[in-house]
Amino acid sequence: MNFELLTQLIVNGLIVGLLYGVIGMCFVLVYKSTKIVNFAQGEFLLIGAWVCWTALVYLELPFLLGFVLSLCFMAAFGILLQMVVLRPMIGEPIISVIMITIGLSIFFQSLMKWIFGVSPQSYPQVFDTQNINILGLNIEMAYLMSTVIAIIIMGAFYFFFKHSKHGLAMRATAFDQQVAQSLGISVKNVFAMSWAIAATVSATAGIVLGMVNGVSDSLSIMGIKVFPAVILGGLDSIVGAIAGGVIIGVLENVAEFVDSQYLHVGNMYDIAPFYVLLIILWFKPYGLFGTKDIERI
Amino acid sequence: MSSLTMRPCGDFRTSYKQDNTIFETKTIRMMAIIAILGLCTAPLFLDGYYLTLFIQISYLGIAALGLNILVGFTGQISLGHGAFFGFGAFASAWLSTSLHIPVFLSIPLAGFLTMAVGMMFGLPAARIKGLYLAIATLASQFIIEDFFARADWFSGGSAGSSADPVNLFGFLFDTDQSFYYVALFALVFMYIWGCNLMRSRDGRAFVAVRDHYLSAEIMGIKLNKYRLLSFGVSSFYAGIGGALYAHYLGYVSAEGFTIFMSVQFLAMIIIGGMGSIKGTLMGVVFMVFLPEVLESGVGVMKMTDWGNIPLVVDGLAYIKEMAIGLVIIGFLIFEPEGLAHRWAQIKNYWKFYPFSY
Repeated sequence: MNFELLTQLIVNGLIVGLLYGVIGMCFVLVYKSTKIVNFAQGEFLLIGAWVCWTALVYLELPFLLGFVLSLCFMAAFGILLQMVVLRPMIGEPIISVIMITIGLSIFFQSLMKWIFGVSPQSYPQVFDTQNINILGLNIEMAYLMSTVIAIIIMGAFYFFFKHSKHGLAMRATAFDQQVAQSLGISVKNVFAMSWAIAATVSATAGIVLGMVNGVSDSLSIMGIKVFPAVILGGLDSIVGAIAGGVIIGVLENVAEFVDSQYLHVGNMYDIAPFYVLLIILWFKPYGLFGTKDIERI
Repeated sequence: MSSLTMRPCGDFRTSYKQDNTIFETKTIRMMAIIAILGLCTAPLFLDGYYLTLFIQISYLGIAALGLNILVGFTGQISLGHGAFFGFGAFASAWLSTSLHIPVFLSIPLAGFLTMAVGMMFGLPAARIKGLYLAIATLASQFIIEDFFARADWFSGGSAGSSADPVNLFGFLFDTDQSFYYVALFALVFMYIWGCNLMRSRDGRAFVAVRDHYLSAEIMGIKLNKYRLLSFGVSSFYAGIGGALYAHYLGYVSAEGFTIFMSVQFLAMIIIGGMGSIKGTLMGVVFMVFLPEVLESGVGVMKMTDWGNIPLVVDGLAYIKEMAIGLVIIGFLIFEPEGLAHRWAQIKNYWKFYPFSY
């Protein structure tokens, strides 16, 4: 038993899990307010990371300016996407909604490959120190930043939904669209806003991940990895998304540890979450915090 | 009424038999028979390139029909069809090379093996539906893909496995021309079988489950049985298609059967029209020809002075993928019922040509 490796892996899992949680939150936000399942979530990360990379490397902007600019771009992109592609899908059967986001995902993934190529590119150095030592554990500075950013985003989400007018409007729309509309909430704006938030927040996650591992199309896999997390937490629960993300993040690292020490089957890191996903769907389809679907005739 | 060659406007069917026919009039039946006979003579005047495309259409078409039975007729969702297609391919290759089962037997056997696997992964469908089912089948896609990479005894691991050509009583179907007939036979057989399935009791039960599952259950249709059966039939078709693919290429490697392939199958049935057997074939033809047309389009552009843009010529592979994404989005927004619906509209327009309203 190699405890040092195990703790290191669990800490890594927690850090990555928080990022899964953030991406999961965007997914849940879009699902809750617009009832659209976003299979193109991973491409938001990818596009955000590439835009920021372009701003930093080609335009040679300072980091903060480039970061903010790419977030603005992503907000506009999210709104535009919602208006052009997803608005006609309101009220369509679930298979059409799933397929249209899959179509978007394929389109943007290959567009990004076409524009930026397939080889990973790294960001310019943002921090002076690469690694930091906390309690004997080696943690990359960018990871530390990602944790801080993830917690800030979560706090901002909490504040936004609890204490702001727009957040209240979004919660009302998620609860019942017709009632919200009759109370004078513009459902159109709420939809646009939730896509904008999802796009910006995912782009932040994408930029953070890009700073750690470099930007390449493997970022879009995060959009698929987020499914086990949101199903575990419950599809319509924001708290659940965070909990699910952390659990899945730790779980895949533990699976990796068990595999490397005892089982030696390989590839456990990528595949374990999906086994978990199937098992959850078997026994508790609505996850830990999700609301159960009650159907009335 | 069945003696008429033209359909009157309106629905004047008076018996169940008329309601259940595959071909509504004698003309349509004659045209179908003539078309099949015409296709039988195709190797005499078509060159290898078009035969390859046709063989591609037939094995993909068989698998896509399976998906349409599941998605279009039973209303379930599967994002793992590509993995089942791959499973059929590996199963048939494994049966024929490792267990030395003759190839013409190993193809249906591979179908049944895939059916068993498909029903196993379809089990969650008994409890969940819609989006949750989509995600469960997505998980099965990744799990089966992982199995391909891992199970060396079955799939040959990263090296892939080889498959013998189809061998019927000593006659080898190892050229494009000869395999063409195997593919044509399989395509016609599986499509007629699909049509017949859809007018049987089980087929009607599928449609009832899709249209309103609660009413279906109240009328005595066992939901779980039919959902599972639908998964089984769909994976059987995928397995047959995959097996044909394996014995046509003679070599199977795990890289091809990704989520992208599953999405392509879904794209085929969306473009063709969900819940339409004829539409499935149209969608497959569309999706097979789309990359070819793009490639020849770029080929023509390359010849001209203005069109030889390196960005476009080098990025052809990405442009093909983007086109698939765009086509899915376009069809879902502008023609959600697919080519089959558009075809019916065109036919109607010409039927009442001068006085169409």
